[in-house]
Amino acid sequence: MIKKLSRRKFLQSTGLASGSLMLGVQFSPALAQSDEPFNFKPDVFVSMDESGQVTIISHRSEMGQGIRSTLPLLVADELEADWNRVTVKQALGDVKYGSQNTDGSRSVRKNYQKLKEAGAIMRTMLQQAAAQVWSVDASHVTIKNHQAKYQNQVMDFKDLVKVASKLSVPERSTLRLKTEAEQRYVGQPDMANIDGHEIVTGKAMYGFDVDIEDMKVAVIARPPVVFGKVKSYDAVDTIKVPGVLKVIEMPTLKPPAGFNMLGGLAVVAENTWAAIQGREKLKIEWDHGTNASYSTQDHEAVFIKALENPKEVVRNRGDIAAAKESATKTITAEYHVAGLAHATMEPPAATARVTQIDGKQVVEVWACTQTPQTAQNNVMGVMNIPKENAADVKINVTLLGGGFGRKSKPDYVAEAAYLANETNMAVKVLWTREDEIRHGYYHSPSYQKLTGTLDEKNRVSSWYHAMVNHPIGATFDPAAKTAGSTDLGQADMMFDVPNIKIALGETDTFMRIGWVRSVTNINNVFAASSFVDELAHVAGQDSKDFLLELIGKDRTEDFAADGFKYSNYGEPAEQYPAETSRLKNVIKLAAEKANWTTDLPDGTGMGIAAWRSFLSYIAVVVKVSTDGNKVKIEGVHMAVDAGKILNPDRVKSQMEGSAIFGASLAFYGEITAKNGIIEQGNFNDYQMSRINQIPDIHTHIVKSDAIPTGVGEPGLPPFAPALCNAIFAANGQRHRRLPLKYLNLI
Amino acid sequence: MIKLTINGKMTELEVSEDMPLLWALRDVAKLTGSKYGCGKGICGACTVHIDGQAMRSCITPTSYAQGKSITTIEGLSEQGDHPVQKAWLKHNVAQCGYCQTGQIMSASALLAQNNNPSDEDINNAMAGNICRCGTYPRIRAAIKDAAKTQEASS
Repeated sequence: MIKKLSRRKFLQSTGLASGSLMLGVQFSPALAQSDEPFNFKPDVFVSMDESGQVTIISHRSEMGQGIRSTLPLLVADELEADWNRVTVKQALGDVKYGSQNTDGSRSVRKNYQKLKEAGAIMRTMLQQAAAQVWSVDASHVTIKNHQAKYQNQVMDFKDLVKVASKLSVPERSTLRLKTEAEQRYVGQPDMANIDGHEIVTGKAMYGFDVDIEDMKVAVIARPPVVFGKVKSYDAVDTIKVPGVLKVIEMPTLKPPAGFNMLGGLAVVAENTWAAIQGREKLKIEWDHGTNASYSTQDHEAVFIKALENPKEVVRNRGDIAAAKESATKTITAEYHVAGLAHATMEPPAATARVTQIDGKQVVEVWACTQTPQTAQNNVMGVMNIPKENAADVKINVTLLGGGFGRKSKPDYVAEAAYLANETNMAVKVLWTREDEIRHGYYHSPSYQKLTGTLDEKNRVSSWYHAMVNHPIGATFDPAAKTAGSTDLGQADMMFDVPNIKIALGETDTFMRIGWVRSVTNINNVFAASSFVDELAHVAGQDSKDFLLELIGKDRTEDFAADGFKYSNYGEPAEQYPAETSRLKNVIKLAAEKANWTTDLPDGTGMGIAAWRSFLSYIAVVVKVSTDGNKVKIEGVHMAVDAGKILNPDRVKSQMEGSAIFGASLAFYGEITAKNGIIEQGNFNDYQMSRINQIPDIHTHIVKSDAIPTGVGEPGLPPFAPALCNAIFAANGQRHRRLPLKYLNLI
Repeated sequence: MIKLTINGKMTELEVSEDMPLLWALRDVAKLTGSKYGCGKGICGACTVHIDGQAMRSCITPTSYAQGKSITTIEGLSEQGDHPVQKAWLKHNVAQCGYCQTGQIMSASALLAQNNNPSDEDINNAMAGNICRCGTYPRIRAAIKDAAKTQEASS
């Protein structure tokens, strides 16, 4: 079991202190220029001081996925460090670390190799140092648990670090990396959350908790409609609120929205309550702008029309029209998934301070951001700071109280920097829950139509899947109309069908659309995996057997053969092939562990769904019981193949979390707009599943030697369809629209 | 000026009477372990004990706490070793951790009154606490574990 970091080390590692301690001191650029103590740093990710204490940089943001507890294991393991002598330090935003954009379930796969190498570089140099001291060949020196050994001689790393620091850094190609059998920490089942103690004692620091000297708090009244603006306002009553200091007009947002500030009026105050009270007393007349024409309900007709007339075919195989003619059965179904908000438990928050140091403007930011480098760029944009001065914009990353994609969009960081600059004060911008729900980057509502045909042997002879939504692209280019992203859960389907057509419709966009955990996999996999179950039913076959049959023989899916340019989550297909054997394997595993059966009493049923997303393969079996409109989730089994597993417990926790996130969106997730204004605002009208509604969730991990892939998102897509398939098995009701508004999760 | 006891210490807070206790604790007393999640008493992230009862500090005016004894997560135990905190670590409950201080305050209030809670008791006591990351099964397991430890040591 991992030893926890001490409180003192935690402070060093995050640069944050609780309460009234002034964390600014640690980040003061003037102080940072003083004489640095000895530090052996052969790689940006790992260093060692003269006491042998190892510091490992966590350059990815921690939002609950456990990355601060996972990636450092790789370095420490490869280095043969004693975990009790390791400190994890959160990185500032800096291009020297490569991408720090913590989304897309890619932290592990993008960093696996280079972090192993970082540890191996230091280990190799310590080994060479020991060899030099003992005048033997390095191959005779063993490195284990913070020590070098040769015959009966032993030296601690601390006694080798100075010698090692004078050696030349070895080429990466010459490194010998540890084998799986040699690993000590990686793959262990019970590695503790590195921030666990701070979390359970309330000392963990999130963006909301930042407190720096003379800091003020701001909340912002943002235009209720995107691209709306303040027409006029009266802040007389606001200024009267004790503690309110200033009301500041924010710049008006113009398309494209991007990560820019939304505009509105900011109330800056001595404390949060004064700011909130002051905002309530603002009298604002808004110019809502052209997006006020948009209502979710009215736009349904536009969506459905677009769905009937898709503009782009992204994948095509055979001839679905011909298949229809020779089919014995043709089945069509339409599906809808509502818009969704991220609803991170911690809403967005950022603190900024602008100071002049030696005639230089320095901006310090503390934020719960998934992407400190994007935040840095955003701040530089707001403050017109040239690229060459990037080092003067310091983005400190706090812990994130949930991310789910919301905190990779640093509009709120720009707000803090703007206000700090305008007021010459240190300012923390807090978003209330209502702000978070009403001014999000939403998962778009979507409409989908699927048509399938069965031949005389009840085999699927054609598959048609059309989809339309407001594309994420419209947030960055208002001209973007074609639905996206087909790569995520639609055109990437791995079914062995002779005739395939995947198509996309077009529509305009009237709000900010963004990526929410697993992105369009949410709606695409819901539709596709529900439809597989519908086809199985028409074919009179067991749903699980039918799914396995539909995936077909073992092969690597060749999307290019169908004219589909599959992005494969940005990775080469040769390295990360889409393998049907792995998909079938997780289906079999989940079914076996769940004791898959259709022989259940009336009102009880099992449903299954499986998909490859984010290069990982996940199958889910859900068991439900129903009583009228009441649904009880009786059990959940998830099987996951994510290649080599670094931290099994955090893989399990991601699967558990995905199922519960899935239950929330399936039963409650619905964001709607009326006259361009979002109608929901808090957990009363944008509900979450609760503890009484959630059973134990069983995760089964496939032992695999494949390159490790991510687990933050792929568990989510198959959950909702497995749930709805289970409801169908239980009571014969087919639900094609999410959320399940007329059902009651008990 | 509102006088109250926070984590065993007599404290005077210079805040407006209607300021919710949550903001008085966070912004004035500088105890940031109690979290903001909804401001309406529907997510439980702000849960503290007021005279031993689990309450939502985000909708409790500070004036209500006048003369009362408040326990926040920072004062639940000296060393972070309350049976509930220990069970939380043993089960690796937290994901992002943001809601967990509120969860722990609700759970510890439950166990103070019921040292052998059934699933239903746990549901009743904990259904007011949302966890968006999805740690509910581990919370349930940790509470049962903490109940056992507590019983064994009492």
